[in-house]
Amino acid sequence: MTSFGSKNSRYISSLFVVRNKRHDKLFSGLVIGAAAYTLLMVGLVAFSVTRGSIDIFSAEGIQFVIQSNWNAVEGRESFGAFPYIIGTLLSSAIAMAIGVPISLAIAIFISEIAPPRIGTPLSFVTELLAAVPSIIYGLWALFVFRFWVRDLIEKPLYDTFHGSLPFFAKTPFGLDIFTAGIVLAIMIIPIISSICREVMRVVPDSQREAAYSLGATRWETVRMAIFPYVKSGLVGASMLGLGRAVGETILVTMIIGNVIGPSAIPTTFFSQGQTLSSLVANEFNEASSDLHLSALIALGAILLVLTMGINVVARLLVKKKIKASSGAKSQ
Amino acid sequence: MTDNSNSSKNYAKILHEIVNKKYKKRLLVNKLVTMFTIVCVLAAIIPLGSILLEVVKNGASAISFEFLTQPQGSIGSGRGGIGPAIQGTVIVVGLASLIGAPVGVLAGIYLSEFAKGGIFPDLVRFFNDVLTGLPSIVIGIVGYVIIVLSIGSFSVLAGSIALSIIMIPIVVRVTEETLKIVPYSLREAGHSLGISKAKITLSIVLPSAKNGILTGIVIAISRIAGETAPLIMTILGTSLFFTGITGPVDALPLRIWRLASQPYESAHAFGWGSALILIFMILTLSVGLRFLARTKSFKADY
Repeated sequence: MTSFGSKNSRYISSLFVVRNKRHDKLFSGLVIGAAAYTLLMVGLVAFSVTRGSIDIFSAEGIQFVIQSNWNAVEGRESFGAFPYIIGTLLSSAIAMAIGVPISLAIAIFISEIAPPRIGTPLSFVTELLAAVPSIIYGLWALFVFRFWVRDLIEKPLYDTFHGSLPFFAKTPFGLDIFTAGIVLAIMIIPIISSICREVMRVVPDSQREAAYSLGATRWETVRMAIFPYVKSGLVGASMLGLGRAVGETILVTMIIGNVIGPSAIPTTFFSQGQTLSSLVANEFNEASSDLHLSALIALGAILLVLTMGINVVARLLVKKKIKASSGAKSQ
Repeated sequence: MTDNSNSSKNYAKILHEIVNKKYKKRLLVNKLVTMFTIVCVLAAIIPLGSILLEVVKNGASAISFEFLTQPQGSIGSGRGGIGPAIQGTVIVVGLASLIGAPVGVLAGIYLSEFAKGGIFPDLVRFFNDVLTGLPSIVIGIVGYVIIVLSIGSFSVLAGSIALSIIMIPIVVRVTEETLKIVPYSLREAGHSLGISKAKITLSIVLPSAKNGILTGIVIAISRIAGETAPLIMTILGTSLFFTGITGPVDALPLRIWRLASQPYESAHAFGWGSALILIFMILTLSVGLRFLARTKSFKADY
C-alpha cells in the first residue's frame, strides 16, 4: 500500500518534472534565440556596411578618407569624404560646446536646487523634449529657428567683428554649420541632462551632508562633493550626447546648407556645410552608379566607426560609475 | 598681558573681516550659479514651447477630413492629403513593433533570468549597447543592403526590419533592468511550489514588471515612429496607399521631409499639418502611458 502510494506519487512528480523540464528547455531555447538574434543584428550591420562600401574602398583606398572631391558624373567619378568628416566634427563640437554646460546646469537645478514640486514637472518637460522626433526639430529649425539664429546671433556677431575674426567672416544666412550646431545642442540637451541627473542621483546623501556641515554653499557642495564623485559619469553622459549629435541625420540635412566637394570644408562658422549622414540622406535615392552608392554607404561606414568608438567609451564611463555606486550601497 | 590680548583681538577682527568678505563672495558665486542654472532651464523650455506652438498654430489649419484620408494631389496644388503617410506609418511601425517587442522582451528575459555568467550574456549586453548607439542612417543601410537589394524593391518589409533593429536594443535594456528590480522572493516562492522556471518567469516575474516593460516598449515605439533617415533607404515614400508588404509605402516623417523641401507655401502647410499628426500620435502614446502607469502603479517599477 505504502509502496504503491510512494510509487504513484513518484510517478506523478516525475511527470511534472518531465513536463517542467520540457517547458523550461523550450522557453530557455526561445530566450537564448532572442538574445542570439541581437548578436545576429550586429553581424548584419557589420556585413552590410562592409559589403556596401567594399567597392569604393577597393577603388580609392585610403584616398577616400583624405581627399575632398565629390564627382558622380560617369567616367569622372571621384569621391572623397574629408569635408564631411570635418563638417560632422565641427557641427557636433558646436553642439557640445553649447549643449554640455546647459545640460549640466539643468541637471544640477533639477537634482540639487529645485524642490520636488518644481523638479518633477521639469524633468517631465525635458523627457517630453526628448520624445519630440528629430524631423520636427528640423521642420521648426528650417522655418522658425533659423531666422532667430540669423537675426539674433549671427548678424550681431558679423556686424561687430566683420572680417576681423575669421570664425564669423561670412555673410550670415541662417542655413549653416552654426545653426545646425545650435539645433543639435537643443536636441541633445534633454538626453545629456537626464543621464546626468541619473548619475548625480547615485551620489550618497552623506557626501552632500558632509559638505554642508562644513559650511559649504550649495554650489561648493556640487563642485566639491558631487562633481568629483561622478565626474566620469558626467563625461560619459556628454559623450552619449555626442554620439547622438554625430549620427543625427535628418535634422542636419534640413538646415546645414548641403554643399558638396571642396567647398564643403567649412572656413567659418557661418559656412554652409555637409555632414557624413546628411550627404547620405541627400543623395541616396539619386545615386547614379554603383560606385556612387558604394561611396555613400562608405560614408555610413566612417560614421559607424566614429559613433561606435564614442559610444563604447561613453558607456564604459557611465556604467562604471553606476555599478560602483550600487556596489557601495549594498555594502 | 593686556597688550597681547589686544593684538589677538585685533587679529581676530581682521580675520573675521577676511572670512566675512570671502563668505560674501562665496554667497555671491552661489547665487550666480543658481541663476545660471535657472536661465539654462528656461533656455531649454523655450524651444519646446516654440516647437509645440508653431506645430499647433501652423498645423491646425491644414487639418481636414480630406487631409487625413486622401493621397497627395499634384505638387504645389495644395490639394489632397497625407492619408498614405498616416497609413504607412501605422503599418511600418506596427510591423516593426510586432518583430521588435517580443524579441526585445525575450532577450531581456534571457539576460535577467536565464543568463548564468560566461561570455555570452556579456557579449549580448555589450553589442546591445553598441546597437543602441548606432546612427539610424546606418540602420537604413542595413535595411537597404540586406532586404531592398535582395528582393529588388523598396518595401514595407525592409522599413519594418530596419526600425525593429532600432527598437530591439531599447526594449532589451528596459526589460532587463525592470526584471532585475522584481524581488527575488517572488521567484523563490515559485520555486518552492515546484513550478517550472518558464512558468515562474511568465506568470510571476513578468506580470509584476509589466508596467516598466510596457513603458519601455512605448518609448521605443515613439522613438521609431519619428525616425526618418532609415526610411529614406528602405520604404522610399510614395504618394500611393499600401500595395503590399514588398512594395514601397509612405510614412509621416518622410512626408514631412519631402514637403519641407518643396518650394510651395501649400506644401509647407501640409508639412506642419503632418508634423502635428505625428507629434499628436507620439504624445498620445507617451502621455497616455504615463497616465496608465500612474493609475495602476506597481511598486516594482520605481
